[in-house]
Amino acid sequence: MEAAQVLLGVMWLGLTLYALLGGADFGGGLWDLLAGGSRAGMPQRRLIEHSLGPVWEANHVWLIFVLVVLWTGFPTVFAAVMSTLYIPLTLAAFGIIGRGAAFAFRKSSTELWQQRLFGAAFALSSVLTPFFLGTVAGAVASGRVPPGLARGSLVGAWVNPTSMLGGVLAVAVCAYLAAVYLCDDAVRSRLPGMAEVFRRRALAAAAVTGVVALGGIGVLHADAPRLFTGLTHRALPLVVASAVLGVASIALLWLRRYLLVRGTAALAVAAVMCGWPVAQYPLMLPPAVSFRQAAAEPAVITAVLAVAAAGALLVLPSIALLLAVQHRLPFERGGPYPGR
Amino acid sequence: MRPALAAPLIAAAGPAGGADLVSARTQMALSLGWHIIVACLGVGMPALLLFTEWRGLRRGDDDYLRLARRWAKAVAVLFAVGAVSGTILSFEMGLLWPGLMGAYGQVIGLPFALEGIAFFLEAIFIGIYLYAWDRLSPRAHLLTGVPVMVAGVASAFFVVSANAWMNQPRGFLLEGGRVTHVSPWAAMFNPATPPQTIHMIVAAFMVSGFATASVYAVALLRGRRDRYHRLGFLVPFTVAGALTPVQIVVGDYTARFLARYQPTKLAAMEGLPRTGPHAPLSVGGIFVGDRLRYAFEIPNGLSLLVGYSPDAVVQGLDRTPSADRPPVTPVHLCFDTMVGIGVLLLLLAAWLAFTWWRRREIPRSRLFLWPAAASGVLAVVAVEAGWVVTEVGRQPWVVYGRLRTADAVNPAPNLWAGLLLLVVVYTVLTVSTVYVLRLMVRARPVAAPQERETA
Repeated sequence: MEAAQVLLGVMWLGLTLYALLGGADFGGGLWDLLAGGSRAGMPQRRLIEHSLGPVWEANHVWLIFVLVVLWTGFPTVFAAVMSTLYIPLTLAAFGIIGRGAAFAFRKSSTELWQQRLFGAAFALSSVLTPFFLGTVAGAVASGRVPPGLARGSLVGAWVNPTSMLGGVLAVAVCAYLAAVYLCDDAVRSRLPGMAEVFRRRALAAAAVTGVVALGGIGVLHADAPRLFTGLTHRALPLVVASAVLGVASIALLWLRRYLLVRGTAALAVAAVMCGWPVAQYPLMLPPAVSFRQAAAEPAVITAVLAVAAAGALLVLPSIALLLAVQHRLPFERGGPYPGR
Repeated sequence: MRPALAAPLIAAAGPAGGADLVSARTQMALSLGWHIIVACLGVGMPALLLFTEWRGLRRGDDDYLRLARRWAKAVAVLFAVGAVSGTILSFEMGLLWPGLMGAYGQVIGLPFALEGIAFFLEAIFIGIYLYAWDRLSPRAHLLTGVPVMVAGVASAFFVVSANAWMNQPRGFLLEGGRVTHVSPWAAMFNPATPPQTIHMIVAAFMVSGFATASVYAVALLRGRRDRYHRLGFLVPFTVAGALTPVQIVVGDYTARFLARYQPTKLAAMEGLPRTGPHAPLSVGGIFVGDRLRYAFEIPNGLSLLVGYSPDAVVQGLDRTPSADRPPVTPVHLCFDTMVGIGVLLLLLAAWLAFTWWRRREIPRSRLFLWPAAASGVLAVVAVEAGWVVTEVGRQPWVVYGRLRTADAVNPAPNLWAGLLLLVVVYTVLTVSTVYVLRLMVRARPVAAPQERETA
């Protein structure tokens, strides 16, 4: 196995973790948006805040990690994607600002109107950011990003059926993951009523995600035939696995096995996340650019892999510690910021 | 990387339209200039916070503990805002400067990868530190803050070393217009890395110290001279004040570095048109045509500073072709601003040191307290001015001597729209951040940020 392949795998692992962890944080924002009026929605918003508070910043770093590995390991791909998809990526970047800043501001503000204002900004940008990132994925997967600087269509590259599918699917997946995780978090926080609320939402989100994914088959067949072929041939086992895990998750949700469904739902999403690169391997920018053509010099790739390995030794145990601390945090009626 | 892909990237699409280049540069300047303020606080505040918490725990001193809790709340907000405003920068590297990243991304990627790891540790442990305040023993809690402090300083080192590379590009060869023989470690440890990283890390601690002290200087001016407010002033001001003379020495070292490695930038900073001995030290003035007008000149000053002798030859702008010169007036005036503020802060630090030595108290004079209350803003202005010197002084190059800024910019049209959007978003962000921080300053001293009142 060559070093560039390993780095590609490491980058994809990072992206998958971002989808599973950061994605659920965005989904939390969506449920915050749909939680209802200030008073009726308060308990749900508190639970979402309780679940996101300590971890969203760490989850967010996976995105930075992916960006840095991409520009170091495959610089021409980074330059091509960023320059052609300038518009959706700028909007996603502003969404990232709005989400993170507004979330922190809401926790630190005291008046209801302040909390509503910051809460709305947090929730709206939580929906827009995954949508635009999804359109970027759709643009790359459907072969609309050519190599070179801004050589693709600045609008058409991300306003097209596959990109829209990518955007909607990203939002749906985030919402689904968040609802599933929140069921488990609600039980841990001894809020059985809240678990029921999010169970219903998780089931609804699972149905929506399933419909979007099924409809997506038709979209890809018409709009991105090469990707469709890849998904129905080489990546077929992963697609089937994702479907099976998805159905299993619905069954487990029905049975209220929240901890188990946390695992199966995450695996279902991970299978989709891996299906995409397997379908287009070894291309990074279909139809022309393979990862070998785009790879940096071996000395660079070795150095980044060494840093990633050393970093993993430090970061992974730290994440375990953070999750352990988070799971032991008591849920308080007043929320995690009582000293207002 | 295959030559067929790399070559057109280095040649790029030729100079982009003037308006788009100006938009991209302004957008980068605004978002970097914004982030650097929060980043300084992110690097320096954890150390102040941990020192205060440690002191409070060791002596069972409630005033110290109350300060630590108050500062932790501010750090929570600042870290969130810093994390997202920093993310925008990594997007902008590609959105605005794909010509730089496509060609040289692999050369400067290593420090960013290291910074990614440091940022990870910072984000993880700040979550633990803030949220587990009352779930851990005091000693364990203090320990969870240590990685935040170390990773913050390490992040600053890594990111600034990447910027240093843009000033002193090393660790690669250019063969027929494409990058080969990349040595990422040599790129990271380039000659500009030691002066730039030290200068910036010290600056971050100064900004944190002076900014925090400013808040309490305002309280002292309003007559709140109880021990809590005195300590809130004294601890950060002492740290920042003690670092001020150090920073002046580091600044001198940096200027000497420039004299040897980037003489054009030094000539622009000093507004020196002609090469020769007896170079004067010029303060203020405007560069018109090819000379500096209306400046206050200290004869032989620059020759003495650079070469310890009035006969020392200092290189002027005349050795650089006019197409390769940076704009002189803004670089020169920003340099003067930075140095002037440094001297003012040194005087304030000396004043406090003197009264403390004689009377063990903070000067009561408003002549001290007013500028002390402004010291945070002044320190920020000095950092911004310093970055203008570094960045504008490197122009017209984005990679010194190798790649022009105009050749690195995204050739996509209408970049001004992104700038417009950024101005709107950052205006809202600035207003909200200041507003939320002011809410915190005004609130009564309270329990810890994330802990229960009973803790």
